[in-house]
Amino acid sequence: MNFLPNVIFAIILFIGIGFFVKNIRKLKRNIYLGKDANISGDSKTRWKNMARIALGQSKMVSRPISGILHIIVYIGFVIINIEVLEIIIDGLFGTHRIFSGIGSLYGVLIGTFEILAALVFIAVVIFWFRRNVVKIKRFLSSEMKGWPKLDGNLILYFEIVLMGLFILMNATDAEFQSMNSGNVISQFFAPMFEGYNIHLIERVAWWMHIIGILIFLNYLYYSKHLHILLAFPNTYFGNLNPKGQFNNLEAVTNEVKLMMDPNVDPFAATADDASVPDKFGASDVQDLNKIQLLNAYSCTECGRCTSECPANQTGKKLSPRKIMMDTRDRLVEVGRNIDANKGTFVDDGKQLLGDYITNEELWACTSCNACVEACPISIDPLSIILEMRRYLVMEQSAAPMELNTMMSNIENNGAPWPYNQMDRLNWKNE
Amino acid sequence: MSDVLKVPTMAEFMAQGKQPEVLFWVGCAGSFDDRAKKITKAFVKLLHKAEVDFAVLGAEESCTGDPAKRAGNEFLFQMQAVTNIEVLNAYEVKKIVTACPHCFNTLKNEYPSLGGDYQVMHHTQFLKSLLDEGRLTIEGGKFTGKRITFHDPCYLGRANDVYEAPRDLIKKLDAELVEMKNCRKKGLCCGAGGAQMFKDAEPGNKEVNIERTEQAMETKPQIIAAGCPFCNTMMTDGVKNKAEGQIEVMDVAELIANANDL
Repeated sequence: MNFLPNVIFAIILFIGIGFFVKNIRKLKRNIYLGKDANISGDSKTRWKNMARIALGQSKMVSRPISGILHIIVYIGFVIINIEVLEIIIDGLFGTHRIFSGIGSLYGVLIGTFEILAALVFIAVVIFWFRRNVVKIKRFLSSEMKGWPKLDGNLILYFEIVLMGLFILMNATDAEFQSMNSGNVISQFFAPMFEGYNIHLIERVAWWMHIIGILIFLNYLYYSKHLHILLAFPNTYFGNLNPKGQFNNLEAVTNEVKLMMDPNVDPFAATADDASVPDKFGASDVQDLNKIQLLNAYSCTECGRCTSECPANQTGKKLSPRKIMMDTRDRLVEVGRNIDANKGTFVDDGKQLLGDYITNEELWACTSCNACVEACPISIDPLSIILEMRRYLVMEQSAAPMELNTMMSNIENNGAPWPYNQMDRLNWKNE
Repeated sequence: MSDVLKVPTMAEFMAQGKQPEVLFWVGCAGSFDDRAKKITKAFVKLLHKAEVDFAVLGAEESCTGDPAKRAGNEFLFQMQAVTNIEVLNAYEVKKIVTACPHCFNTLKNEYPSLGGDYQVMHHTQFLKSLLDEGRLTIEGGKFTGKRITFHDPCYLGRANDVYEAPRDLIKKLDAELVEMKNCRKKGLCCGAGGAQMFKDAEPGNKEVNIERTEQAMETKPQIIAAGCPFCNTMMTDGVKNKAEGQIEVMDVAELIANANDL
């Protein structure tokens, strides 16, 4: 017996999975650069949300065309991967279609895979047309130029090739075709290969299929397509509070309590163990929390947030999708910096605020939560916008002039306009 | 208005050793904005009609801190919050109603962790409960058969999932409630939230309130109903720009008060 193919297969599998695991570790390290997030609420609700929103795709169908196409690709992807298990066993042990021993059920299984593969193929082709031919506004935004556009298309090409190889591999498998069970789609392609060395074609298709899957797996880390994995933890950690509730900064609460406490001695020397107060708000990715960084990696740039954003709809620079993409890009940059400097971050003179996200974008937000509502996987761009506004106002005093006026009014007379607090009840006599 | 409204304060209640059923949190817009003051008065008339034992804080009320918080000034927000909470807790306030969704959201969601735990209701929710308890009756009156579209305030709708209370009230007017293409969870902002009310918009090709007014106009309404003083201002400005004199912008409380000839 010749064991060489099995050994080669094992090596390829090991390298493919090993490299992926290495990158996932890096991804986790990058997410852990963020601050601890407050994860309130019971885990039962969180599991339910994950089941409903990620597994059940509940928010996808609010846009029926892309939603239904996405569900086809999603179901196809998940179910066809059962076939990968057989491929791995066959590859490692030199068997051929090891599960075919289970009898007629095998035909049903492979038949289902073939139909799904055909449906996925069609859906992906439609997706390609939507991205490249049909002028859909959310795919044409400025942040979608260059790599994001190529990335979106590469994913579609990957899927077209993988589905094609799956059908090809079945069509050129003489043994499988002779079973005449489960070859619902491939039987129509089988006659095209008569007269060729179909055994060779089948082997090539089989190898390319599994190598393609491993390459695709490793492509994820560099792509927006990471969402196929991260949508699950991301929906689990999704916000459970009312959307209007913004967190109260604890560092500020401590300061305010101190200011309001009549028993505090204002001249007391600071205790030796007094820590420097936290930086207020966020100017870079390390100031955000872990969930916000996970959000950034989970975003698949579909742009539903941006197309619902009132600021974006009326021509302002703000795009919630760009906020997420910028956060990820900066986080990747910080991660590379750490890799290049033996595990420590060396100041590169850059930050998320200014170098990626401009003040103009941040000040255009109406905090209306349309982006948060629109996201099919519970990403919260608004929380990042708020953290960065906090930095601008509390660390840099860089609010727009009119907002400074509003805030000094509140400070001086308890209303955003210059009216006297003593006059608050005058309306009853007017 | 010549006849003076009876608006008791918490201080007066306390002097008599009594507690009101509910505190009416008027808010800055409701206290000072000329348009919003009319909403405040309409709501007070409804409270009287339903014989609700209410009080206001009057000069002891101060901004909840909402615009400061949304603008990023957490310090100012918490200073306001802690001060207000001291006043509210001193009066042992249990239940608050407000006609401003921003005050509603802040009092309900952001005060508890700072020590202010109250049952907070938006005025449309409160009016709905009065209706359900039979304390208030709503007649269509002059609004019977009128086309009314409701603009969801972000801080009532998406922010707190309150969509039906204002609609239930409008339906009681025997009016024809028509929905905009973007309503409820998908409601488009009026453009005032997140402290935008107090500044010019960033450069763009349109104002948000114009976009929203156009969406409202597509439903060919006679009245745009609002549930927020800031939305009211934005939509009123939008109507002035696009359909002066053809469409009225009214708060849900005003609709009900007017229908009842109050």
